[in-house]
Amino acid sequence: MSAEEIYNLLKENFGNAILEIVSNVPTEPIISVEPLQINVISQFLRDSNELQFDNLMNLSGVDDNNATKTTNEDGSVSSQGGTLSVFYHLDSFSLKHKITLKTSTNRDVPEVESVTNIWYSANWHEREAFDMFGINFLNHPDLRRILMPYDWEGFPLRKDYENPEFYEGMKIPY
Amino acid sequence: MALKTEEMILNMGPQHPSTHGVLRLELVLDGEVVHDVKPHIGYLHRCMEKHSEAMTYSQVVPYTDRMDYLASMYNNFGYVGAVEKLMDIKVPERVEYIRVIMGELQRIASHLVALGTFGLDLGAFTPFLYLFRDREKILDLFEITCGARLLYNYMWVGGLSHDIHPDFVRKTKEFINYFRPTVVELNNLLTFNKIFIERTANIGVCPAKEAINLGLSGPNLRGSGVKFDLRKNDTYSIYDRFDFEIPVGEGLVGTVGDCWDRYYVRVQEVEQSLRIIEQAIDQIPDGDVSKEIPRRVKPPVGTVYHRVEAPKGELGYFIVSDGSVNPARVKVRAPSFVSLSAIGQMAKGYLVADVVAILGSLDIVLGEIDR
Repeated sequence: MSAEEIYNLLKENFGNAILEIVSNVPTEPIISVEPLQINVISQFLRDSNELQFDNLMNLSGVDDNNATKTTNEDGSVSSQGGTLSVFYHLDSFSLKHKITLKTSTNRDVPEVESVTNIWYSANWHEREAFDMFGINFLNHPDLRRILMPYDWEGFPLRKDYENPEFYEGMKIPY
Repeated sequence: MALKTEEMILNMGPQHPSTHGVLRLELVLDGEVVHDVKPHIGYLHRCMEKHSEAMTYSQVVPYTDRMDYLASMYNNFGYVGAVEKLMDIKVPERVEYIRVIMGELQRIASHLVALGTFGLDLGAFTPFLYLFRDREKILDLFEITCGARLLYNYMWVGGLSHDIHPDFVRKTKEFINYFRPTVVELNNLLTFNKIFIERTANIGVCPAKEAINLGLSGPNLRGSGVKFDLRKNDTYSIYDRFDFEIPVGEGLVGTVGDCWDRYYVRVQEVEQSLRIIEQAIDQIPDGDVSKEIPRRVKPPVGTVYHRVEAPKGELGYFIVSDGSVNPARVKVRAPSFVSLSAIGQMAKGYLVADVVAILGSLDIVLGEIDR
């Protein structure tokens, strides 16, 4: 099935939860969906006979870098608003088609439904996205930091992240 | 009076000979039976993805080298493929052929380490030495090509850093002739060794459906009997021109999807890689390998997900470009990362000694997991 057909099929079943399809991109088209509907949509994508997306190739958090930045009096920059996104790359072993889903969430309270109960391989990818971007995956069985130390503060891959001066009382020399 | 039993937590690692790097496994045990395995990773985290955002596209290539340091060529291969897809660059035929040959040599080298250390984990020391002796010859081939033995920075966006050495074709053919019989030697030494089979057959069984859901890829997935290889099923570069088989696990000495099957798939893949190299080495066309290297790598705004069949499984690069000379985001879908996340499900119900076998059969590299 082509991305357009998948989009139409999803639109039929989920209506307003499916936002748009972006196809004027250099590579694969992207379907945008609502962050708090992603679980039921994923369930449909995996279990529907026409789609059978049984393989989650990749799940990736992205900072869209669209926050409004204001410079404070002391020269520091603070950002407000903007979005964080999660990309899902799906693949079907039996039907051999692929699709990319994207869901964007508010940067201040980033919440996306977990899909770990549908594709187990999402488990660590979601932990990584939480670790690096602070995206809260609702209903995730074990949402902890994965690559950074458990007591690390801040989310390193956010565009407004600043390197800390100290870690556990030790000065970081750069 | 009934005896009370309770679960015990045992730490395996971070420094443990069989953890292939710095990895801590938290084992939840009932006596000697494993109830759960919780891996703790991040000891080798070098912020490769964060670094990439401050680099130009070409400067990221050496960082990819250092992820799966046993298969650096293939990491390069995946990354440059992704950027070329985004920029729509068509690389010269000669470059494609050399890339495939290097990639397959690297696959053999990586599998030799995997097979050797797997035996080593289970107490078979000798095969490890034999396999490392042979791997050395592949590293020699890489050395005459680009000067490096482990981290090559060989494939660049649009081309290669060096053309092959005049002796390369002859030496590669010599290597193939030398190496083919040693696979038989390996089978006699390790594969069909009774003790080895006792330790690996019917251990860590992962049925096909579960393997797909766990996200296993590459030899681990094929060990479970799923005939899926990106080189054939989602072909890239020029792999569609070569004739080779996709070996899958058949449960020859145990159940389909056990540790031995995953091991034996790798042995067979080594032979298939030799076949690909044999076909490619005689067809290398003439040409200039640096002709298509762009002066300035500046892809259009957009995203790309490109996946290749790395020795350890499906290696994917997800790149977000904002139209500048630096990538806005590089996410690496490392095969070992996903394989390791499955160990909790796979080791459940087996014994502590089997955890070592299951971990070895998954063939993980911590450099790639932590990035």
